[in-house]
Amino acid sequence: MRLQFILAEIASGLRRNLSMVVSVILVTFVSLTFVGAAGMLQLQINQMKGYWYDKVQVAIFLCSDGSTAAGCATGPVTAEQQENLRKVLASPAVAQYVNDFQFESKDDAYKHFKEQFSNSPIVDSVTPDQLPASFRINMKDPEKYQIISETFSSQAGVETVIDQRQLLERLFSVMNAASLVAVSVAGVMIVCAILLIATTIRLSAFSRRRETGIMRLVGASKMVIQLPFILEGVIAAVIGAALASGTLWAVAHFFLGGYLSKQYPDTAFISAGQTLILVPALIGLGVLLAGVSSLLTLRRYLRV
Amino acid sequence: MIRFENVTKVYDQKARPALDAINLEIDRGEFAFLVGASGSGKSTFLRLVLKEDRASSGAVYVAGQNVANISSWRVPRLRRGIGVVFQDFRLLPQKTVFANVAFAMQVIGKSRSVIRETVPEVLKTVGLEGKENRLPHELSGGEQQRVAIARAVVNRPGILLADEPTGNLDPTTSMGIMGVLDKINQNGTTVVMATHDDDIVNEMRKRVVELRNGVIIRDEAKALYTSMIPVVGQSRRLRDASGRDAQPVTTRAEARAAAEHQL
Repeated sequence: MRLQFILAEIASGLRRNLSMVVSVILVTFVSLTFVGAAGMLQLQINQMKGYWYDKVQVAIFLCSDGSTAAGCATGPVTAEQQENLRKVLASPAVAQYVNDFQFESKDDAYKHFKEQFSNSPIVDSVTPDQLPASFRINMKDPEKYQIISETFSSQAGVETVIDQRQLLERLFSVMNAASLVAVSVAGVMIVCAILLIATTIRLSAFSRRRETGIMRLVGASKMVIQLPFILEGVIAAVIGAALASGTLWAVAHFFLGGYLSKQYPDTAFISAGQTLILVPALIGLGVLLAGVSSLLTLRRYLRV
Repeated sequence: MIRFENVTKVYDQKARPALDAINLEIDRGEFAFLVGASGSGKSTFLRLVLKEDRASSGAVYVAGQNVANISSWRVPRLRRGIGVVFQDFRLLPQKTVFANVAFAMQVIGKSRSVIRETVPEVLKTVGLEGKENRLPHELSGGEQQRVAIARAVVNRPGILLADEPTGNLDPTTSMGIMGVLDKINQNGTTVVMATHDDDIVNEMRKRVVELRNGVIIRDEAKALYTSMIPVVGQSRRLRDASGRDAQPVTTRAEARAAAEHQL
């Protein structure tokens, strides 16, 4: 009975305050979309880092079938050349700059490739043969990349030496800046949302002051009096969070998946499914900000 | 049922106390009038019983319990044991008579079957049979006050506080309301009624507690509105100035101030 009563109160509150409720929904929608956009950028950065990014800095790609580089004149890398390179890496002249190195075979390369490009159509057309084997080097000092590059570029069986970090770092710094901007916009919008929810609840409490006054007099509990107001704010915020989640999913599905991944097939994009891990966070955040602002408001305007 | 021990209530440190060291006991099943001019402390008395305010000093006991010791989450339970009626009725305008009375039961979680059973019974007690589906604006003032009384007693409180329940009603209607309150009192409910209405007090011949400037100046059983013992220096004019004619305006303002204060 009490639950039914509370639900009826919520419904009438939402109806009476419809325009305010809609504005709360829109403000939480926009603010949480910005929060989610920042989250999506971070997910995308992680996706692009792939398997090796956080573990190594420099990759020495070895010759494979189709290589046209000068060092590959003799065709694909031989076991002998490979062994030779391993010796050079271990030699004192080079080893002083190297923390650690690992060999990635064609099969390993295929495995890691499949993981990173799982959302891209390119994954079906690639076979292990097409991917080069490589040595992945973790530098003591990433700045000493030149030394490695000079030492190995001219070695037989080496196609190319790449400082992956340098390539991606510029892109990542742009993306990080973008997510920072998104977070700051989100911060302003969240302040907006909190104030708006507080105002809405104040109005709602004011328009129902007769009812709440009588409820106090006949001894209704604090929960019965206050819960409808709190839940009104929470419901509006959850709807806003759901809209934000839907928008992020749509961006990932139609823009990243449907458009960008066709334009840039050699870039790993996050899938629409991956954005769903942001949904609980967004809804949680929505509930939190509605709950906190309504608690603060009710303490002032709806004494029991 | 209600006991005040040396209760003082100060709203403003610079002004005189609203209640000044009051000692009073009202027994279970009693009917007591609280009379006195506006500002004499009647409303403060009622607010202290409801724990709307805290006494500045002294102890207020309601049903044997010191209200100062009731924690804030238990205050609703205290209020369930007290019904309240106001001069301005305070009905919900968009709800029918039945719904207005049922509201008091809904919010404390009574089941629908209990509500369906109890509400018509209470409406019969206050004399509103057959008017269950009327809206408040379709009723006369007296009938509206009967709805408010029905709402106040529907949860069977041990105490009924009435703050000038007849202030907005004509004498005949007022007597009808007094009949209802008397009937409720006969059923065992303690009734405390603050009023300015001398006719009613004189007619009922119940206990009268007279307050002036926050002090009890008279407490008589089966008494009249004015003391039968003449008070020296109290002229007829003084009584009239503090009496009925000047009263409705000030108390309506008081009621509004109280309503705003609650929000």
